[in-house]
Amino acid sequence: MEYEFHWNIVLQKMPELLNGAFVTLHVSVLAMLLGVVIAVLLAIAKMNNSKPFCYVATVWVEIARNTPALFQIYMAYFGLGAFGIHLSPYVAVLSALVFINAGYLTETFRGGFQSIPSTQYSASKSLGMTSIQTYRYVILPQMLRRIYHPMTNQFVWSILMSSLGILVGMSELSGTTQRLQSLSFRTLEFFIVAAVMYFIITKLVLFGASLLSRRLFKGEI
Amino acid sequence: MISVQNVHKSFGDLEVLKGVSLDVPNGEVVSVIGGSGSGKSTLLYCINAIETINSGKILVNDIDVHSKDTNKDKLRQKLGMVFQQFNAFPHMTVLENAALAPRIVKKMSKDEAMEIAKKELKHVGLGDKFDVYPTRMSGGQQQRLAIARALAMKPDFMLLDEVTSALDPELVGEVLETLRLLAEEGMTMICVTHEMGFARDVSDRVAYFHQGVIAEIGEAKQVINDPQNELTQKFLSKVR
Repeated sequence: MEYEFHWNIVLQKMPELLNGAFVTLHVSVLAMLLGVVIAVLLAIAKMNNSKPFCYVATVWVEIARNTPALFQIYMAYFGLGAFGIHLSPYVAVLSALVFINAGYLTETFRGGFQSIPSTQYSASKSLGMTSIQTYRYVILPQMLRRIYHPMTNQFVWSILMSSLGILVGMSELSGTTQRLQSLSFRTLEFFIVAAVMYFIITKLVLFGASLLSRRLFKGEI
Repeated sequence: MISVQNVHKSFGDLEVLKGVSLDVPNGEVVSVIGGSGSGKSTLLYCINAIETINSGKILVNDIDVHSKDTNKDKLRQKLGMVFQQFNAFPHMTVLENAALAPRIVKKMSKDEAMEIAKKELKHVGLGDKFDVYPTRMSGGQQQRLAIARALAMKPDFMLLDEVTSALDPELVGEVLETLRLLAEEGMTMICVTHEMGFARDVSDRVAYFHQGVIAEIGEAKQVINDPQNELTQKFLSKVR
């Protein structure tokens, strides 16, 4: 049997697909930004010796890194729903992605901090720099270089993971694709185009990140 | 003048300095020798307040280093320090490395800081390396950068912690030559070192550290060539 491709319907629905792609990008960017902020706090908490903070951070990181993203999205949507907290699909997916991003990035940040030799602190101190100056000019710039690529990877990962939004009826790229193919039965065409769109989005993100890194990091490390 | 007065320092149960006293007047170069773990590096860390002390007193230009009222960041501007590890800032060029502290600590203008940094880099023979990143340089060059970076703060004193110990043997000479130059210019220095030739030829006095105390101190040539203390004799016979 020969499959006949029909691309017209896909072209007609392009505005809706693009809108879905925009939602995908939107939710991933937001999940990344919030994830970074929380991860910084969790990393500080983990490196701190104050027990309760350290404990909360450890539990967060362990759950986020050792359970499937699918479960976390279900927990946010159906799980909280069982307790009468009804999140919209968008908010449920966003919370799950923030939760996971924060978990993974905490370890990235902690590793980044610990990879800077303590001698860099003594050298800065010996030049009369205050702690704040040491962090601002010596420690953070080096740390940022080391965590930049892991962070970029995490961003790409969360773009791709947001496709799980399909499971809770979110109208991001996958959800939109799913709805359109079921109305038109052009399953293969719609999913091929969606895959190409994911590919383009992540490639653009990676390209942008590498341009930015060249501007930010002139030195070698 | 640096004045160390009966200083005791412990890490937990381990007493590393057991009552050390040492006066270094301006313009003098003192080399500190001794086995590893004898407390010689710790003494330097205590002098510029990177480490605290348990008792005793350290005065730098008559300022009590470990007093609560002393601004330690400010004090360290007067005390240049170079470490065993090169400690260049790897994300900055050689010039930026040397200009950073004058600019942000002394609040100089960028031009002014660059000017001083260039001068000190030429001083240590790195005049052709301004725009190079330190990771591209040899250990000897990185160590000379560390010296220039400290000098750019116009310190009154230089504290040198085994600055040639991590170097390949063929690179030791260029660093020692730089230090000899500083000594000739009258810089006040305390050098913890394993280079006995350097200690003998460049320093005015040599102190031999043994288990947290100064076992012998005296005129450099005398201590190295003709040590009076039995422990010093033993140590020197082993390293030669």
